[in-house]
Amino acid sequence: MKTIISLMVNGEQVEAAVEPNKTLVQFLREDLGLTGTKHGCGLGDCGACTVIMDGKPVNSCLVLAVQAHGREVLTIEGLAENGKLHPIQQAFVDKGAIQCGFCTPGMILSAKALLAENPQPTEQEIRTAISGNLCRCTGYQKIVEAIQEAAKSIEGTEV
Amino acid sequence: MSEFSVLNTRAPRLDGPAKATGRAKYADDLTMPGMLYGAILHSPIAHGKILHIDTSKALKLKGVKAIATAKEAGIVKYGVSPARYDETLYAYEKVRYVGDEIAAVAAVDYATALEAVNLIKVDYEELPAVFDMFEAMKEGAPQLHAEFPGNLNAEVHQEFGDTDAAFAESDLVVDHTFLNKRQDAAFIEPHSCLAVFDLDGRLTLYTSTQVPHYVMRTVAMVLRIPVGNVRVVKPYVGGGFGPKCEATPLEMSAGLLSRMTGKPVKMTYTREQVFLHSRARHQFYAEMSLGVKKDGTMMALKNKAVLDGGAYTSFGIATVYYSGSLLGGPYKLKAMKYDGYRVYTNKPACGAQRGHGGVAHRAAFEQLLDMTAEKLGLDPIELRLKNIMQAGDITVNELDMSSLGMKECIEAVREGSEWDKKKGKLPKGKGIGMACGFFVSGAGYPIYRSDTYHSTVVIKISEDGGVATVLTGSAEIGQGSDTTMAMIAAETLGIPLENVKVVSGDTDLSVDLGAYSSRQTLMTGHATKEAAEQIRNKIAQFLSEELGYPVESITFRDGKVFFDGQPGNFEKIRTQYIKEHRGWTDPPSGEYLTFREAARLAFLKAGTIVGTGKYKPPRLGGSYKGAAVGTSPAYGCSAQVVEVTVDMETGEITVDNMTDAHDCGLAVNRTLVEGQMQGSLSMGLGECLFEEVKFDSRGRILNPSLGEYRIPTALDMPNVKSIIVESREPNGPYGAKEVGEGAIMPTIPAILNAIYDATGVRINELPVTSERLYLAMKKAKEQG
Repeated sequence: MKTIISLMVNGEQVEAAVEPNKTLVQFLREDLGLTGTKHGCGLGDCGACTVIMDGKPVNSCLVLAVQAHGREVLTIEGLAENGKLHPIQQAFVDKGAIQCGFCTPGMILSAKALLAENPQPTEQEIRTAISGNLCRCTGYQKIVEAIQEAAKSIEGTEV
Repeated sequence: MSEFSVLNTRAPRLDGPAKATGRAKYADDLTMPGMLYGAILHSPIAHGKILHIDTSKALKLKGVKAIATAKEAGIVKYGVSPARYDETLYAYEKVRYVGDEIAAVAAVDYATALEAVNLIKVDYEELPAVFDMFEAMKEGAPQLHAEFPGNLNAEVHQEFGDTDAAFAESDLVVDHTFLNKRQDAAFIEPHSCLAVFDLDGRLTLYTSTQVPHYVMRTVAMVLRIPVGNVRVVKPYVGGGFGPKCEATPLEMSAGLLSRMTGKPVKMTYTREQVFLHSRARHQFYAEMSLGVKKDGTMMALKNKAVLDGGAYTSFGIATVYYSGSLLGGPYKLKAMKYDGYRVYTNKPACGAQRGHGGVAHRAAFEQLLDMTAEKLGLDPIELRLKNIMQAGDITVNELDMSSLGMKECIEAVREGSEWDKKKGKLPKGKGIGMACGFFVSGAGYPIYRSDTYHSTVVIKISEDGGVATVLTGSAEIGQGSDTTMAMIAAETLGIPLENVKVVSGDTDLSVDLGAYSSRQTLMTGHATKEAAEQIRNKIAQFLSEELGYPVESITFRDGKVFFDGQPGNFEKIRTQYIKEHRGWTDPPSGEYLTFREAARLAFLKAGTIVGTGKYKPPRLGGSYKGAAVGTSPAYGCSAQVVEVTVDMETGEITVDNMTDAHDCGLAVNRTLVEGQMQGSLSMGLGECLFEEVKFDSRGRILNPSLGEYRIPTALDMPNVKSIIVESREPNGPYGAKEVGEGAIMPTIPAILNAIYDATGVRINELPVTSERLYLAMKKAKEQG
């Protein structure tokens, strides 16, 4: 028996009928075709499926689609505006924070949620904020540097 | 002015924006109309005879389109190396580990496929199983493969020089044993593939692999399809680190089910299935003795290895050879003896993982060096420097160090870490340790015996002359090989990087042995360079004919053409180009002829301008049995210093600082090189301190998840001081060689040597959990 849900995804109102056991990551990937959200474990261990729901980073494999009803969801596809990379995305590209890229969308969204709450985080605060996002390629150093760089660049653009 | 325009810079990687925006497609992101979903039935028992398989109930389930077992698939033995084809796609007489594949189902959705898997009824006669490698070697142990009595999958016995004599001449002999644990590669993207079997008998497989070429060959053989009818396409891949080098049952099943149903079939491993498929780092037991003179001169090394291979061979034959051959350097030895045994057990098969075969034995050896230095009263760095090889030296097992910045690496980390100020001067609970290592820049021989080129590359210039497209079967798996090839092509053609596109990872494009053994920068790089040179020469030839300048006077740089270093007189070419492209927004301008105009001229003379390049190494290595494994056209090398803090009450270890120097010949891209260095250290730190795949008494994995199999998080990794050493390798394109695997070699022993320095306790078993270190410290205290 499907349930009708209505939510904001990347700034657009979405209405859909979903099975009650469908997870948010499945809904985003399969029903909306937003495959930028990655499925790495299905258990909330790896953080690859991180999206921002009502301002907080969540593992979308641990959220049911029906729980997103009435909420606002931001995925990686919603970050770049008018064909221009978001400063966090740009810093990830510039600083070499991306290798295989599978953790990247979740990592960037965790960083986004952090910087929204804490625009000038310490290195330790950055490391803590992304500690639920596993990366096997980079050793994290260039990711941390990218987030530091993004914090500076966002600060510079705000008056 | 720098020698290079494009190389040796920090150019951002080509796929950065696609990956940062979520647009990059990985295998599981692909869909096709009418696509079916596949699922696999795995054995729930570790060892047993299959008496009967009943698929009738499952076949009747609504939505099920096909079920494949050994009956449908046929029995074709396959494996990685033809020397040990010991697998079949589905088990037919016996299952040999919890996870062995028995059947695969295709259905209209994944839930239905899973339901059908549960409806397949298999009757087993359970057999006694063996999970420990030493038990498996004993007489009377359960036997996995009738063809390999004693569960002995492979054994290696090599001796170089006269070991007995060299030990007899030694003043001191130090012994050491070491045991690591089975690892999982823990790439974040689980394997996934989409198979499309067309009505014309051709199979296209979109799959998460490191080696499209090997997958193509294995799938063609197992499914009995002419190899020319199999095309393997690699979308973006979310990490590989070794286990994605070989064809998987997932890929073969998807291909088979697509053929059976006439529909596209997608299959993706769950995280648990990634652990079950495994093919990652073996468990190694090392037993080593080193003989030295009083002054520290190394004389002889004796090395014995036992490898827990799991139920099948995978890359294991190469692994058991590597454990011996990769200890031949970077130190001068008079003699070396190696005895290696790879043993079957009723567990998932182990294979290749970053630093293939070398990591555990390197860890043992580099600890042994510190133990020896201590007994001789020498600084560990001094002992190493005393025995270090240099460019042009050949190891005792005949590996040619055509370039080797090992000494430079050691000196760089000594200075970078302020070793001399710290070693022997730190308070209890703080420690500093170092180690070295080296690795191949591409295996000298393919895994199957063949005279094939290891890499071929095609470069094509667009008809307007503005874009060069590099076509290659090589595999971008995150390391940055597409960017590397684009940079080599741009440098060679003399055009800006943004004018190069790369299409890769497709067996229809070229032959390439793919992303393993750290081979692509050197090998695909050579082929790319040759293809670009061919194009450059063709264009120069046409320019010479058109304008009358001698060919050898024509050069290209930064998208401009120089005639004897000058602009020259090219007016008629420019006039024609502008006429042909009237109204376009970007007419060529400036005082120099552009590459675009020159390449357009060539197109008008000869049609599409294409260059092809190829590479295979020359015959390498000695003539003894197994001499091929460990050979390479070049070797990268690393030295590392690690500083730790140990809580003397609890045994908790914090890695405070890591200093790493790696000789990569020439850093094609400095950012990518550092990325490989830092990623290697992170994986090494994980293996050293946390990682262990654990089994229960019936052979079931206890921790098949990324929550319970712990890899380093951002809170576990310190910042690494990364120092790039560039020795300019004569056998590498523009002097480049590997960085992806050599950099992991020193990490584990450097940490272990630092822990010893902090605590006075020598740990010889991984992982060094707080508990293990606490108990070892307690024992040491009790023994006084």
